[in-house]
Amino acid sequence: MITLQWLYIFAGLTFAAFSVLSIGDPANPKRLGNTVFWGLLAVSFLFGSYLSDLANGFLVVALAVIAGFKLLGQGKPATTSPEERQASAERRGDWLFLPALLIPAIALLGALVLDETVIFGIPLFGPEQPTLIALGLGVAAGLTLAMVWLKPPLLAPLQEGRRLMDAVGWAGVLPQMLASLGAVFVIAGVGDRIGELFTAYLPLDHRLLAVIAYCVGMALFTFIMGNAFAAFPVMTAAVGLPIVVLQFGGNPAIVCAIGMLAGFCGTLTTPMAANFNVVPAALLDLPDREAPFNGVIRVQIPTAIMVLTANIALMYFLAFRF
Amino acid sequence: MWVLLGIAVLVAGFVARLNPLAVILAAAVVTGVAAVIAPGVGIAELGQAALDTIAAFGKAFNDYRYISVIWLVLPLIGLLERYGLQERARILISKARGATTGRILLAYFVLRQISAALGQTKLGGHPQMVRPLVAPMAEAAAETRLGDLPDAVRYRIRAHAAAVDNIALFFGEDIFIAIASILLIKGFLEANGIFVEPLELSVWAIPTAIAALLVHGTRLVLLDRSLARQTAEAETGR
Repeated sequence: MITLQWLYIFAGLTFAAFSVLSIGDPANPKRLGNTVFWGLLAVSFLFGSYLSDLANGFLVVALAVIAGFKLLGQGKPATTSPEERQASAERRGDWLFLPALLIPAIALLGALVLDETVIFGIPLFGPEQPTLIALGLGVAAGLTLAMVWLKPPLLAPLQEGRRLMDAVGWAGVLPQMLASLGAVFVIAGVGDRIGELFTAYLPLDHRLLAVIAYCVGMALFTFIMGNAFAAFPVMTAAVGLPIVVLQFGGNPAIVCAIGMLAGFCGTLTTPMAANFNVVPAALLDLPDREAPFNGVIRVQIPTAIMVLTANIALMYFLAFRF
Repeated sequence: MWVLLGIAVLVAGFVARLNPLAVILAAAVVTGVAAVIAPGVGIAELGQAALDTIAAFGKAFNDYRYISVIWLVLPLIGLLERYGLQERARILISKARGATTGRILLAYFVLRQISAALGQTKLGGHPQMVRPLVAPMAEAAAETRLGDLPDAVRYRIRAHAAAVDNIALFFGEDIFIAIASILLIKGFLEANGIFVEPLELSVWAIPTAIAALLVHGTRLVLLDRSLARQTAEAETGR
């Protein structure tokens, strides 16, 4: 059975390689910072389950200290020149897409076939995160194909991976950090307090006002938490269910389905949704990647506002009719 | 209400442009400490609360490792870039007549939204599709039509490539009945004594999906003209 644990070992070894290869990179004056940072992530992936919660916590403190004091640099492993790449692209043709497209192809196969496959009574995939396991298989298949076909130097995939990982930098763990912050917020009851504030100060005596309060509240709360899943239970318990559904008679399925999508409009506008809004800015080398509202978010804001308005109208016209 | 201090730390940290990892950790510790503030609580208890919060954060960080597993794709993407993957994506687009930035992004938007609606949310994504393929294709289409691009135009195209992936995913995935958010809604309503089928929820995601396609599709159709205008303005040295 292929489990999530296999994937963690794969990831741990990859980060360990990034760490070791960083030491020997004289082009990066901050190579020690990179070595420790990626090394700590390797420790987390390989041994995190054996460490105490407090030890894992201090591992995160160390990551935050390295990032906070700007001790991470950008490595420059030897790679091909733009001319060599152009020549290789012309010579090898569209086959170059094949290894990259193996990732989504095997992810699809994994979801449709492999996840259901049972060999000698043992399921092929472990119960946790089967789509991620399929993604890992896709990467392994693509790498194998590329290594056999292109015959690069043996360390090339790790060095090229390090080049990209260094370009992403600390933003690479931002989504994981924000999810963990969300867990702390839940323990401390932050969401419930915000919900109380919201209902205490808003007059919700008209159907349209209640719909607007719920939809805008979902978007705003998601903006703060970075995640509509965190906002949904709080805002729906505070406004959606008691007022829009029970007081005004809205259809609960319509109210909740559209309410969640109103939250997604908030996701499009917030740096707190790092994996959607901050990581791509780093991956695409945008110059304003560290600004609170980077280019990706600024492009998304007009669509977010218009779709939020559409959600309010849809909820108002549909929820009380069906 | 003291627990909301953590949010204040978060906002202040982002505004002051401090490193987000440090800001997030500080916000977590402040939240955890503020949650135990009460008359008669001493420094020792507050210190213990800080340690407890760091431990809770560490446990969550360990539980959420699967989020960062996505970086496993980088060695493969980087290796293919070494052999000209981005250049190949550009060649493909420069040969396709009628391919414009707006049309390429719209085509990707539709494919991404449909595949997400069928539950295949992992078929797109920024590391595996947007950086190696979608963004270079969108840039190449603009280069073919407009010549050398000013940096501002180039970065705007890339931001649009990233945005298309997000918007199509968000307003497509909820049409699928077994997606996490639909299951969350169903579970929440059940806990409150209301029973709905996933299908009842997912059909009501369709109107918003259409609205998002109309809104963002229109913006993409208008994008080509806007990029041409921006390039011309940059060239006249405005």
